[in-house]
Amino acid sequence: MTRALELVCPAGTPAALRSAVDAGADAVYLGFRDATNARNFPGLNFSRQDLKEGLAYAHRHDVQVFVAINTFPTAGDPGPWHRAVDDAAGLGADAVILADIGVLDYAATRHPGLRRHLSVQASASTADAIVFYQREFGVKRVVLPRVLTVAEIAAINQATGVQTEVFAFGGLCVMAEGRCALSSYVTGQSPNICGVCSPASHVRYEEAGDSMISRLGDITVNIFGRDEPAGYPTLCKGRYIAEGSARYLFEEPTSLNTLSILGDLAAAGVTALKIEGRQRGRAYVAQVVAAFRKAVDAAARGEPVDSSGLDRITEGGRETAGAYRKSWH
Amino acid sequence: METRLTLGPLLFNWPAEKRRDFYFRIADEAAVDSVCLGEVVCAKRAPFFDPHLPEVMERLQAAGKEVVHSTLALINNAAEMEGVRALAAEPDFLIEANDLASAALLRGRPHVIGPFVNVYNEGTLGYLARQGAVRACLPVELPAASIAVLARSGLCDIEVMVFGRLPLAISARCYHARAHNLHKDGCRYVCEQDPDGMDVDSLTGQSFLAVNGTQTLSYTVSNLLGDLRSMRDAGVGRFRLSPQDTDMVAVTRLFREVLDGRQEPGVASERLAGLMDGVPFSNGFHHATEGLRMVEDAG
Repeated sequence: MTRALELVCPAGTPAALRSAVDAGADAVYLGFRDATNARNFPGLNFSRQDLKEGLAYAHRHDVQVFVAINTFPTAGDPGPWHRAVDDAAGLGADAVILADIGVLDYAATRHPGLRRHLSVQASASTADAIVFYQREFGVKRVVLPRVLTVAEIAAINQATGVQTEVFAFGGLCVMAEGRCALSSYVTGQSPNICGVCSPASHVRYEEAGDSMISRLGDITVNIFGRDEPAGYPTLCKGRYIAEGSARYLFEEPTSLNTLSILGDLAAAGVTALKIEGRQRGRAYVAQVVAAFRKAVDAAARGEPVDSSGLDRITEGGRETAGAYRKSWH
Repeated sequence: METRLTLGPLLFNWPAEKRRDFYFRIADEAAVDSVCLGEVVCAKRAPFFDPHLPEVMERLQAAGKEVVHSTLALINNAAEMEGVRALAAEPDFLIEANDLASAALLRGRPHVIGPFVNVYNEGTLGYLARQGAVRACLPVELPAASIAVLARSGLCDIEVMVFGRLPLAISARCYHARAHNLHKDGCRYVCEQDPDGMDVDSLTGQSFLAVNGTQTLSYTVSNLLGDLRSMRDAGVGRFRLSPQDTDMVAVTRLFREVLDGRQEPGVASERLAGLMDGVPFSNGFHHATEGLRMVEDAG
């Protein structure tokens, strides 16, 4: 194998951007500080000036910058999304990552020279859907939803010729992305509209005797014993009662880790690996990016990959290859 | 403005004969103008009902109902895509596309955009209308203000779901099988045991969700009886009732009576509660708040 998988790395802050660049990222993705991106968390993301400086730093090191504008504009108020596209283009971003058809249409019409990627939030899970976005909006790359096996990804790559980017490490959506209203059902805050999922503003921890109850809004997401670490109450990672027994019905608190299947992903024709975690600190970003840089380069040289390098920082110490393996479904 | 009622696709896995008889009764008695057929959640279920489709379609059409064929919300492999392609090859069917791959196949001919396509704004709606969409049933989390903007845009007919458990998420993983310690490929069709979905409670006993195979729905039943008239005044011409395992003919009549001004929403809501076996109502999405809430002064 000779072609190295491209490493696309998260930056929630300018410091994380520099860490990712220094640790060996090929590209960094980020969003503006508003509801136009799907990680609209307090204290995160980039002002226009931050982006200008981040672009200068990244380009000096031959690293690309992708701007995620991947929520769905509110009816009657597309202005913030259009301005985000205009500013990404004006400041010289290497690509924009878009989900909404109206925004794609706007970007393709107004900024035909600006490279367009399709966000995972668009949930394009078939070759037909991908070809549609390529034909209609000139999309050059698709971030695949986390619902496909490696074999299904290989079939899509053969059928389309559009670059694919897949999630390689970090948080794991178990629902099809961009099509989940669990968070807005419980908190009124929608990933698609507001860019937040299970927002911290709605999290409460409550001690009850020997146990700790975690809640999101009014809903109990989990109860932890004294000896258990109390995890963050993301709705789809909660413990619920179904068929008479309490279980992690949707998914255990676990992290996606593809270090053990990098060769399979490359052989399937994947172009780029995406590391999740714009909400993470720069130390985390540096550690994950460095480990993947090493692994991706080793795989490209045909050498064995050390897949144990990130065991300590996966969620709850547990990891999964998720939907990439058929047994997950 | 004239209003029409649509019976949405049956989301749950009812036995084929029960499903057939359900549609026969809808054809004969229900106050609906359109009926959506087709499997939206899990392609594995479709073969059981397919033999009954011709007679069900014939009965509905003979009763003057428009038949709409809804496609899968999440197309997960090439075989499922082939199923959609075969459906789209039927020139006389009005098809409701629930993802963009299906919509792309229908370009240039009249079709419906289903609630699983992310239509949040007029930019997207305008694009889809130019491709041939004549009607769009909007995503369930859209608030009244967004619905009004889209309805007033005049880009295409707008439909809003006003009754039934809210479809909240779709996955490649089958949670019904998982709850029974089975794998999706060997699921034994356990979802058939729960005609309104499998109850999911929190550890402190709160009724929270309902699982339907790969789909996750609300435990609450959406009830927008109190919002029908304001939506109609904003230009919404179609309202969707999503089938639950209750007397759906009675449900359709209640909504029709409120739209026709023959019944007050509050009275109709009380009667609707009598059909729902204690399952609480919600209308929070419509009122731009937590989806699980019931805003009482609605309407």
